Amino acid sequence: MIFLRRQLPLLITLVTGLLFAAQYYVPHPASEQMLTSATKWLQIVGGFALILGVTSLFHQHAVKIRRQEAGWGYSLVLYVGMLGTIAVGLWTNGKESVEGTMTAFGWVYNYMMVPLQGTMFAILAFFIASAAYRSFRAKSREAAVLLVAAVIVMMGRVPLGEYLIPLSGDVSSWILNVLNSSVRRAILIGVSLGAVALSFKIIFGVERSYLGGGKE
Amino acid sequence: MTALPFESIIGAWVATGLTLLIFSFLYKDNPLFKLAEHLYVGVSVGYVIVKTYDTVIIHLVVKPIVENGEIALLIPVAIGMLMLTRYVPKAAWMSRYAFAFIVGMGAGLAIPRTVSSFILKQVEDTIRPLLSMAGSDGVTFSMNLLNPASHLNAIIILLGVSSVLFYFFFSIEHSGVGKAVARTGILFLMISFGAGFGYTVMARMSLLIGRLTDLIEFSDASYGRPTVWLSLLTVGALFLLARRGREQPPDIH
Repeated sequence: MIFLRRQLPLLITLVTGLLFAAQYYVPHPASEQMLTSATKWLQIVGGFALILGVTSLFHQHAVKIRRQEAGWGYSLVLYVGMLGTIAVGLWTNGKESVEGTMTAFGWVYNYMMVPLQGTMFAILAFFIASAAYRSFRAKSREAAVLLVAAVIVMMGRVPLGEYLIPLSGDVSSWILNVLNSSVRRAILIGVSLGAVALSFKIIFGVERSYLGGGKE
Repeated sequence: MTALPFESIIGAWVATGLTLLIFSFLYKDNPLFKLAEHLYVGVSVGYVIVKTYDTVIIHLVVKPIVENGEIALLIPVAIGMLMLTRYVPKAAWMSRYAFAFIVGMGAGLAIPRTVSSFILKQVEDTIRPLLSMAGSDGVTFSMNLLNPASHLNAIIILLGVSSVLFYFFFSIEHSGVGKAVARTGILFLMISFGAGFGYTVMARMSLLIGRLTDLIEFSDASYGRPTVWLSLLTVGALFLLARRGREQPPDIH
Protein backbone atom coordinates (compact mmCIF):
# COMPACT_ATOMS: atom_id res chain seq x y z
CA MET A 1 0.00 0.00 0.00
CA ILE A 2 2.93 2.35 0.75
CA PHE A 3 4.09 1.79 -2.82
CA LEU A 4 0.69 2.85 -4.20
CA ARG A 5 0.29 5.81 -1.86
CA ARG A 6 3.81 7.23 -1.73
CA GLN A 7 6.25 5.66 -4.16
CA LEU A 8 4.07 5.38 -7.25
CA PRO A 9 3.26 9.14 -7.29
CA LEU A 10 6.99 9.89 -6.99
CA LEU A 11 7.67 7.45 -9.83
CA ILE A 12 5.02 9.15 -11.99
CA THR A 13 6.68 12.53 -11.32
CA LEU A 14 10.13 11.13 -12.18
CA VAL A 15 9.01 9.49 -15.44
CA THR A 16 6.86 12.38 -16.70
CA GLY A 17 9.51 14.91 -15.66
CA LEU A 18 12.37 13.15 -17.47
CA LEU A 19 10.17 12.38 -20.50
CA PHE A 20 9.09 15.98 -21.04
CA ALA A 21 12.54 17.37 -20.30
CA ALA A 22 13.97 15.03 -22.95
CA GLN A 23 11.19 15.91 -25.41
CA TYR A 24 12.73 19.38 -25.95
CA TYR A 25 15.89 17.84 -27.41
CA VAL A 26 14.13 15.45 -29.83
CA PRO A 27 13.27 17.33 -33.05
CA HIS A 28 10.93 14.62 -34.39
CA PRO A 29 7.27 15.12 -35.45
CA ALA A 30 6.20 12.46 -32.93
CA SER A 31 7.92 14.43 -30.17
CA GLU A 32 6.19 17.64 -31.27
CA GLN A 33 2.89 15.79 -31.38
CA MET A 34 3.48 14.55 -27.83
CA LEU A 35 4.06 18.12 -26.65
CA THR A 36 0.87 19.33 -28.34
CA SER A 37 -1.17 16.54 -26.75
CA ALA A 38 0.45 17.10 -23.35
CA THR A 39 -0.38 20.80 -23.45
CA LYS A 40 -4.01 19.90 -24.19
CA TRP A 41 -3.97 17.34 -21.38
CA LEU A 42 -2.62 19.93 -18.95
CA GLN A 43 -5.44 22.32 -19.88
CA ILE A 44 -8.02 19.58 -19.28
CA VAL A 45 -6.57 18.57 -15.91
CA GLY A 46 -6.29 22.29 -15.01
CA GLY A 47 -10.04 22.61 -15.61
CA PHE A 48 -10.62 20.02 -12.90
CA ALA A 49 -8.27 21.91 -10.58
CA LEU A 50 -10.64 24.88 -10.97
CA ILE A 51 -13.45 22.70 -9.61
CA LEU A 52 -11.39 22.17 -6.44
CA GLY A 53 -10.97 25.91 -5.90
CA VAL A 54 -14.54 26.85 -6.73
CA THR A 55 -15.98 24.13 -4.50
CA SER A 56 -13.99 25.55 -1.61
CA LEU A 57 -15.45 29.05 -2.27
CA PHE A 58 -18.98 27.58 -2.58
CA HIS A 59 -18.58 25.70 0.69
CA GLN A 60 -17.16 28.65 2.65
CA HIS A 61 -20.01 30.99 1.72
CA ALA A 62 -22.71 28.30 2.00
CA VAL A 63 -21.65 27.71 5.63
CA LYS A 64 -21.83 31.47 6.27
CA ILE A 65 -25.36 31.68 4.85
CA ARG A 66 -26.60 28.52 6.62
CA ARG A 67 -25.34 29.73 10.02
CA GLN A 68 -26.40 33.31 9.27
CA GLU A 69 -23.00 34.57 10.44
CA ALA A 70 -22.15 38.28 10.36
CA GLY A 71 -22.17 39.50 6.76
CA TRP A 72 -24.05 36.46 5.41
CA GLY A 73 -26.05 38.81 3.16
CA TYR A 74 -22.87 39.61 1.23
CA SER A 75 -22.28 35.88 0.73
CA LEU A 76 -25.79 35.69 -0.69
CA VAL A 77 -24.94 38.52 -3.11
CA LEU A 78 -21.82 36.58 -4.14
CA TYR A 79 -23.91 33.47 -4.76
CA VAL A 80 -26.52 35.38 -6.77
CA GLY A 81 -23.80 37.03 -8.87
CA MET A 82 -22.03 33.73 -9.50
CA LEU A 83 -25.09 31.59 -10.24
CA GLY A 84 -26.67 34.35 -12.32
CA THR A 85 -23.52 34.69 -14.45
CA ILE A 86 -23.25 30.90 -14.84
CA ALA A 87 -26.93 30.62 -15.89
CA VAL A 88 -26.62 33.44 -18.41
CA GLY A 89 -23.30 32.08 -19.69
CA LEU A 90 -24.63 28.57 -20.24
CA TRP A 91 -27.75 29.97 -21.89
CA THR A 92 -25.61 31.85 -24.45
CA ASN A 93 -23.06 28.99 -24.83
CA GLY A 94 -20.34 31.15 -23.29
CA LYS A 95 -20.41 33.64 -26.17
CA GLU A 96 -20.28 37.40 -25.55
CA SER A 97 -21.57 38.22 -29.02
CA VAL A 98 -23.22 36.40 -31.89
CA GLU A 99 -22.83 37.87 -35.39
CA GLY A 100 -21.87 41.24 -33.92
CA THR A 101 -24.83 41.40 -31.53
CA MET A 102 -24.11 41.46 -27.81
CA THR A 103 -25.54 38.49 -25.89
CA ALA A 104 -26.78 38.57 -22.29
CA PHE A 105 -23.39 37.11 -21.26
CA GLY A 106 -21.67 39.93 -23.14
CA TRP A 107 -23.91 42.40 -21.31
CA VAL A 108 -22.82 40.96 -17.94
CA TYR A 109 -19.19 41.23 -19.05
CA ASN A 110 -19.41 44.79 -20.44
CA TYR A 111 -21.72 46.41 -17.91
CA MET A 112 -20.86 44.52 -14.72
CA MET A 113 -17.46 42.84 -14.84
CA VAL A 114 -15.53 45.53 -16.72
CA PRO A 115 -16.76 48.48 -14.57
CA LEU A 116 -16.28 46.51 -11.34
CA GLN A 117 -12.79 45.35 -12.27
CA GLY A 118 -11.74 48.70 -13.71
CA THR A 119 -12.94 50.67 -10.69
CA MET A 120 -11.49 48.19 -8.21
CA PHE A 121 -8.03 48.66 -9.74
CA ALA A 122 -8.57 52.38 -10.32
CA ILE A 123 -9.12 53.14 -6.63
CA LEU A 124 -5.69 51.64 -6.01
CA ALA A 125 -4.33 54.81 -7.62
CA PHE A 126 -5.44 56.77 -4.55
CA PHE A 127 -4.00 54.27 -2.09
CA ILE A 128 -0.74 53.97 -3.99
CA ALA A 129 -0.46 57.75 -3.87
CA SER A 130 -1.09 57.87 -0.12
CA ALA A 131 1.33 54.96 0.47
CA ALA A 132 3.91 56.83 -1.59
CA TYR A 133 3.48 59.95 0.50
CA ARG A 134 4.15 57.95 3.67
CA SER A 135 7.01 55.78 2.43
CA PHE A 136 8.69 57.89 -0.22
CA ARG A 137 10.09 60.56 2.04
CA ALA A 138 13.76 60.58 1.18
CA LYS A 139 15.06 59.21 4.46
CA SER A 140 18.14 57.60 2.89
CA ARG A 141 20.12 57.84 -0.33
CA GLU A 142 18.46 54.69 -1.68
CA ALA A 143 14.95 56.03 -0.93
CA ALA A 144 15.87 59.30 -2.65
CA VAL A 145 17.01 57.41 -5.77
CA LEU A 146 13.74 55.44 -5.78
CA LEU A 147 11.71 58.65 -5.38
CA VAL A 148 13.52 60.47 -8.20
CA ALA A 149 13.18 57.49 -10.58
CA ALA A 150 9.46 57.18 -9.81
CA VAL A 151 8.82 60.91 -10.34
CA ILE A 152 10.74 60.98 -13.64
CA VAL A 153 8.86 57.93 -14.98
CA MET A 154 5.50 59.38 -13.89
CA MET A 155 6.29 62.73 -15.52
CA GLY A 156 7.56 61.06 -18.67
CA ARG A 157 4.34 59.09 -19.19
CA VAL A 158 1.99 62.08 -19.50
CA PRO A 159 1.99 65.06 -21.91
CA LEU A 160 1.79 67.52 -19.01
CA GLY A 161 4.96 66.07 -17.46
CA GLU A 162 6.81 66.34 -20.76
CA TYR A 163 5.56 69.91 -21.13
CA LEU A 164 6.83 70.87 -17.67
CA ILE A 165 10.12 68.94 -17.90
CA PRO A 166 10.90 68.49 -21.62
CA LEU A 167 13.61 65.89 -20.98
CA SER A 168 11.43 63.67 -18.78
CA GLY A 169 10.09 61.63 -21.73
CA ASP A 170 13.56 60.64 -22.97
CA VAL A 171 14.97 60.06 -19.48
CA SER A 172 11.89 58.00 -18.57
CA SER A 173 12.36 55.84 -21.67
CA TRP A 174 16.06 55.42 -20.85
CA ILE A 175 15.29 54.39 -17.27
CA LEU A 176 12.67 51.87 -18.43
CA ASN A 177 14.59 50.48 -21.43
CA VAL A 178 18.13 50.41 -20.03
CA LEU A 179 18.32 50.57 -16.21
CA ASN A 180 15.02 48.81 -15.53
CA SER A 181 15.56 46.13 -18.15
CA SER A 182 19.04 45.34 -16.80
CA VAL A 183 17.56 44.74 -13.32
CA ARG A 184 14.66 42.71 -14.74
CA ARG A 185 17.16 40.62 -16.68
CA ALA A 186 19.24 39.93 -13.58
CA ILE A 187 16.17 39.04 -11.52
CA LEU A 188 14.89 36.81 -14.35
CA ILE A 189 18.21 34.95 -14.48
CA GLY A 190 18.17 34.47 -10.68
CA VAL A 191 14.55 33.34 -10.57
CA SER A 192 15.11 30.98 -13.50
CA LEU A 193 18.12 29.37 -11.81
CA GLY A 194 15.92 28.82 -8.74
CA ALA A 195 13.09 27.40 -10.87
CA VAL A 196 15.42 24.96 -12.59
CA ALA A 197 16.87 23.84 -9.25
CA LEU A 198 13.36 23.36 -7.84
CA SER A 199 12.27 21.41 -10.92
CA PHE A 200 15.21 19.03 -10.49
CA LYS A 201 14.34 18.63 -6.79
CA ILE A 202 10.73 17.79 -7.71
CA ILE A 203 11.65 15.32 -10.45
CA PHE A 204 14.13 13.44 -8.24
CA GLY A 205 11.74 13.36 -5.28
CA VAL A 206 13.69 15.68 -2.96
CA GLU A 207 10.82 18.18 -2.87
CA ARG A 208 7.57 16.36 -2.06
CA SER A 209 5.30 18.99 -0.51
CA TYR A 210 3.03 19.00 -3.59
CA LEU A 211 1.86 15.52 -2.59
CA GLY A 212 0.27 16.98 0.53
CA GLY A 213 0.22 15.56 4.03
CA GLY A 214 -2.03 12.83 5.33
CA LYS A 215 -1.32 9.23 6.16
CA GLU A 216 1.84 7.71 4.66
CA MET B 1 -31.04 61.76 -32.72
CA THR B 2 -31.65 57.98 -32.61
CA ALA B 3 -32.73 56.51 -29.28
CA LEU B 4 -30.25 54.20 -27.56
CA PRO B 5 -31.12 50.49 -27.26
CA PHE B 6 -32.87 49.59 -24.02
CA GLU B 7 -30.05 47.21 -22.90
CA SER B 8 -27.48 50.02 -23.32
CA ILE B 9 -29.49 52.34 -21.09
CA ILE B 10 -29.97 49.65 -18.43
CA GLY B 11 -26.27 48.78 -18.82
CA ALA B 12 -25.27 52.41 -18.28
CA TRP B 13 -27.33 52.57 -15.08
CA VAL B 14 -25.87 49.29 -13.76
CA ALA B 15 -22.27 50.19 -14.70
CA THR B 16 -22.59 53.66 -13.17
CA GLY B 17 -24.14 52.27 -9.98
CA LEU B 18 -21.45 49.64 -9.54
CA THR B 19 -18.68 52.16 -10.27
CA LEU B 20 -20.04 54.57 -7.66
CA LEU B 21 -20.46 51.78 -5.09
CA ILE B 22 -16.77 50.88 -5.47
CA PHE B 23 -15.71 54.54 -5.37
CA SER B 24 -17.62 54.91 -2.07
CA PHE B 25 -14.65 53.10 -0.47
CA LEU B 26 -12.68 56.32 -0.85
CA TYR B 27 -14.91 57.74 1.88
CA LYS B 28 -14.51 54.69 4.13
CA ASP B 29 -15.19 50.95 4.20
CA ASN B 30 -18.98 50.71 4.05
CA PRO B 31 -21.78 48.22 3.24
CA LEU B 32 -22.27 49.62 -0.27
CA PHE B 33 -18.67 48.88 -1.15
CA LYS B 34 -18.86 45.41 0.41
CA LEU B 35 -21.96 44.65 -1.65
CA ALA B 36 -20.21 45.61 -4.90
CA GLU B 37 -17.06 43.78 -3.82
CA HIS B 38 -18.91 40.50 -3.24
CA LEU B 39 -20.83 40.93 -6.48
CA TYR B 40 -17.51 41.41 -8.27
CA VAL B 41 -16.12 38.16 -6.85
CA GLY B 42 -19.34 36.30 -7.72
CA VAL B 43 -19.55 37.58 -11.29
CA SER B 44 -15.82 37.00 -11.90
CA VAL B 45 -15.94 33.42 -10.61
CA GLY B 46 -19.10 32.75 -12.63
CA TYR B 47 -17.40 34.15 -15.72
CA VAL B 48 -14.30 31.97 -15.24
CA ILE B 49 -16.48 28.89 -14.69
CA VAL B 50 -18.44 29.48 -17.90
CA LYS B 51 -15.30 30.19 -19.93
CA THR B 52 -13.51 27.11 -18.55
CA TYR B 53 -16.56 24.95 -19.21
CA ASP B 54 -16.77 26.21 -22.77
CA THR B 55 -13.03 26.00 -23.52
CA VAL B 56 -12.11 22.83 -21.67
CA ILE B 57 -15.20 20.64 -21.36
CA ILE B 58 -16.88 21.50 -24.66
CA HIS B 59 -14.00 22.37 -27.02
CA LEU B 60 -11.20 20.19 -25.63
CA VAL B 61 -13.12 17.15 -24.40
CA VAL B 62 -16.70 16.67 -25.65
CA LYS B 63 -16.34 17.87 -29.25
CA PRO B 64 -13.05 16.02 -30.04
CA ILE B 65 -14.39 12.80 -28.50
CA VAL B 66 -17.86 12.95 -30.10
CA GLU B 67 -16.89 14.40 -33.49
CA ASN B 68 -13.37 12.98 -34.01
CA GLY B 69 -13.45 9.93 -31.75
CA GLU B 70 -10.34 11.03 -29.78
CA ILE B 71 -10.86 8.48 -27.02
CA ALA B 72 -7.35 9.14 -25.60
CA LEU B 73 -8.70 12.37 -24.14
CA LEU B 74 -10.51 10.28 -21.55
CA ILE B 75 -7.08 9.78 -19.88
CA PRO B 76 -6.65 13.44 -18.79
CA VAL B 77 -10.34 13.43 -17.81
CA ALA B 78 -9.67 10.41 -15.58
CA ILE B 79 -6.57 12.15 -14.14
CA GLY B 80 -8.66 15.24 -13.48
CA MET B 81 -11.34 13.16 -11.78
CA LEU B 82 -8.65 11.70 -9.51
CA MET B 83 -8.13 15.24 -8.18
CA LEU B 84 -11.68 15.28 -6.92
CA THR B 85 -10.97 12.29 -4.66
CA ARG B 86 -9.66 14.97 -2.25
CA TYR B 87 -13.25 15.17 -1.04
CA VAL B 88 -13.36 11.47 -0.07
CA PRO B 89 -11.03 11.10 2.95
CA LYS B 90 -10.42 7.37 2.43
CA ALA B 91 -9.54 7.82 -1.24
CA ALA B 92 -7.83 11.22 -0.95
CA TRP B 93 -4.41 9.65 -1.56
CA MET B 94 -5.44 8.90 -5.14
CA SER B 95 -5.40 12.61 -5.91
CA ARG B 96 -1.61 12.39 -5.57
CA TYR B 97 -1.46 10.68 -8.98
CA ALA B 98 -3.06 13.71 -10.59
CA PHE B 99 -0.78 16.15 -8.79
CA ALA B 100 2.27 13.97 -9.51
CA PHE B 101 1.41 13.98 -13.21
CA ILE B 102 0.86 17.75 -13.44
CA VAL B 103 3.86 18.69 -11.31
CA GLY B 104 6.15 16.19 -13.04
CA MET B 105 5.10 17.35 -16.48
CA GLY B 106 5.40 21.00 -15.48
CA ALA B 107 8.87 20.50 -14.02
CA GLY B 108 10.03 18.51 -17.07
CA LEU B 109 8.72 21.10 -19.51
CA ALA B 110 10.18 23.96 -17.46
CA ILE B 111 13.82 22.83 -17.22
CA PRO B 112 15.00 23.02 -20.86
CA ARG B 113 12.77 25.96 -21.74
CA THR B 114 13.82 28.02 -18.73
CA VAL B 115 17.51 27.30 -19.33
CA SER B 116 17.19 28.22 -22.99
CA SER B 117 14.85 31.22 -22.90
CA PHE B 118 15.42 32.80 -19.53
CA ILE B 119 19.06 32.05 -18.73
CA LEU B 120 21.12 31.48 -21.89
CA LYS B 121 19.09 33.91 -24.04
CA GLN B 122 19.31 36.65 -21.39
CA VAL B 123 23.06 36.14 -20.95
CA GLU B 124 23.46 36.20 -24.73
CA ASP B 125 21.46 39.43 -25.07
CA THR B 126 23.66 41.01 -22.41
CA ILE B 127 26.99 39.99 -23.96
CA ARG B 128 26.30 40.04 -27.71
CA PRO B 129 25.89 43.86 -28.13
CA LEU B 130 29.41 44.29 -26.70
CA LEU B 131 30.87 41.94 -29.31
CA SER B 132 29.52 44.17 -32.08
CA MET B 133 32.04 46.83 -31.00
CA ALA B 134 34.77 44.93 -32.80
CA GLY B 135 33.66 45.04 -36.46
CA SER B 136 35.55 44.45 -39.72
CA ASP B 137 36.58 48.13 -39.82
CA GLY B 138 38.10 48.18 -36.36
CA VAL B 139 36.64 49.02 -32.96
CA THR B 140 33.57 51.30 -32.92
CA PHE B 141 31.77 52.73 -29.93
CA SER B 142 28.37 54.46 -30.01
CA MET B 143 27.65 56.85 -27.14
CA ASN B 144 23.97 57.65 -27.82
CA LEU B 145 22.18 57.16 -24.51
CA LEU B 146 18.74 57.46 -26.11
CA ASN B 147 19.38 54.43 -28.32
CA PRO B 148 18.91 51.30 -26.12
CA ALA B 149 21.13 49.35 -28.54
CA SER B 150 24.12 51.74 -28.25
CA HIS B 151 27.43 50.42 -26.89
CA LEU B 152 27.33 52.76 -23.90
CA ASN B 153 23.90 51.40 -22.92
CA ALA B 154 25.15 47.85 -23.51
CA ILE B 155 27.92 48.47 -20.95
CA ILE B 156 25.43 50.00 -18.49
CA ILE B 157 23.15 46.95 -18.91
CA LEU B 158 26.12 44.59 -18.34
CA LEU B 159 27.04 46.57 -15.24
CA GLY B 160 23.44 46.44 -13.97
CA VAL B 161 22.97 42.71 -14.60
CA SER B 162 26.32 41.79 -13.00
CA SER B 163 25.97 44.02 -9.94
CA VAL B 164 22.37 42.96 -9.19
CA LEU B 165 23.28 39.29 -9.60
CA PHE B 166 26.25 39.84 -7.28
CA TYR B 167 24.06 41.59 -4.72
CA PHE B 168 21.93 38.42 -4.47
CA PHE B 169 25.01 36.14 -4.34
CA PHE B 170 25.67 35.48 -0.68
CA SER B 171 28.46 32.89 -0.94
CA ILE B 172 31.05 35.70 -0.99
CA GLU B 173 31.25 38.30 1.76
CA HIS B 174 30.22 41.76 0.51
CA SER B 175 33.31 43.66 1.64
CA GLY B 176 35.97 45.73 -0.11
CA VAL B 177 35.40 45.69 -3.88
CA GLY B 178 32.47 43.31 -3.32
CA LYS B 179 30.76 45.92 -1.17
CA ALA B 180 31.10 48.55 -3.89
CA VAL B 181 29.64 46.17 -6.48
CA ALA B 182 26.76 45.22 -4.15
CA ARG B 183 26.05 48.92 -3.48
CA THR B 184 25.89 49.51 -7.24
CA GLY B 185 23.44 46.62 -7.43
CA ILE B 186 21.25 48.24 -4.77
CA LEU B 187 21.33 51.50 -6.73
CA PHE B 188 20.13 49.74 -9.89
CA LEU B 189 17.45 47.89 -7.89
CA MET B 190 16.15 51.11 -6.35
CA ILE B 191 15.93 52.83 -9.73
CA SER B 192 14.06 49.80 -11.09
CA PHE B 193 11.65 49.70 -8.13
CA GLY B 194 11.02 53.42 -8.50
CA ALA B 195 10.41 53.04 -12.24
CA GLY B 196 8.11 50.07 -11.59
CA PHE B 197 6.19 52.09 -9.02
CA GLY B 198 5.84 55.10 -11.29
CA TYR B 199 4.71 52.92 -14.16
CA THR B 200 2.09 51.17 -11.97
CA VAL B 201 0.75 54.48 -10.68
CA MET B 202 0.30 55.76 -14.22
CA ALA B 203 -1.39 52.50 -15.29
CA ARG B 204 -3.86 52.88 -12.41
CA MET B 205 -4.38 56.54 -13.35
CA SER B 206 -5.19 55.42 -16.86
CA LEU B 207 -7.86 53.05 -15.46
CA LEU B 208 -9.21 55.84 -13.29
CA ILE B 209 -9.46 58.15 -16.31
CA GLY B 210 -11.31 55.36 -18.15
CA ARG B 211 -13.87 55.04 -15.36
CA LEU B 212 -14.32 58.81 -15.07
CA THR B 213 -14.78 59.05 -18.85
CA ASP B 214 -17.57 56.47 -18.60
CA LEU B 215 -19.20 58.41 -15.76
CA ILE B 216 -19.09 61.62 -17.82
CA GLU B 217 -20.54 59.81 -20.84
CA PHE B 218 -23.34 58.32 -18.74
CA SER B 219 -24.29 61.72 -17.38
CA ASP B 220 -25.79 62.41 -20.79
CA ALA B 221 -29.57 62.93 -21.10
CA SER B 222 -29.82 60.09 -23.65
CA TYR B 223 -29.03 57.62 -20.85
CA GLY B 224 -31.33 59.37 -18.37
CA ARG B 225 -28.39 60.94 -16.48
CA PRO B 226 -27.58 57.89 -14.30
CA THR B 227 -24.33 59.49 -13.06
CA VAL B 228 -26.19 62.44 -11.55
CA TRP B 229 -29.06 60.49 -9.98
CA LEU B 230 -26.98 57.57 -8.72
CA SER B 231 -24.31 59.90 -7.30
CA LEU B 232 -26.99 61.65 -5.28
CA LEU B 233 -28.43 58.28 -4.22
CA THR B 234 -24.99 56.96 -3.18
CA VAL B 235 -24.14 60.11 -1.20
CA GLY B 236 -27.58 59.98 0.45
CA ALA B 237 -27.15 56.31 1.35
CA LEU B 238 -23.68 56.97 2.81
CA PHE B 239 -25.09 59.87 4.81
CA LEU B 240 -27.89 57.69 6.22
CA LEU B 241 -25.46 54.86 7.01
CA ALA B 242 -23.13 57.29 8.81
CA ARG B 243 -26.05 58.69 10.82
CA ARG B 244 -27.26 55.22 11.76
CA GLY B 245 -23.71 54.32 12.77
CA ARG B 246 -23.57 57.33 15.11
CA GLU B 247 -26.94 56.52 16.67
CA GLN B 248 -25.95 52.89 17.31
CA PRO B 249 -22.54 52.95 19.03
CA PRO B 250 -20.53 49.78 18.47
CA ASP B 251 -21.00 46.95 20.97
CA ILE B 252 -17.86 46.86 23.09
CA HIS B 253 -18.62 43.44 24.61
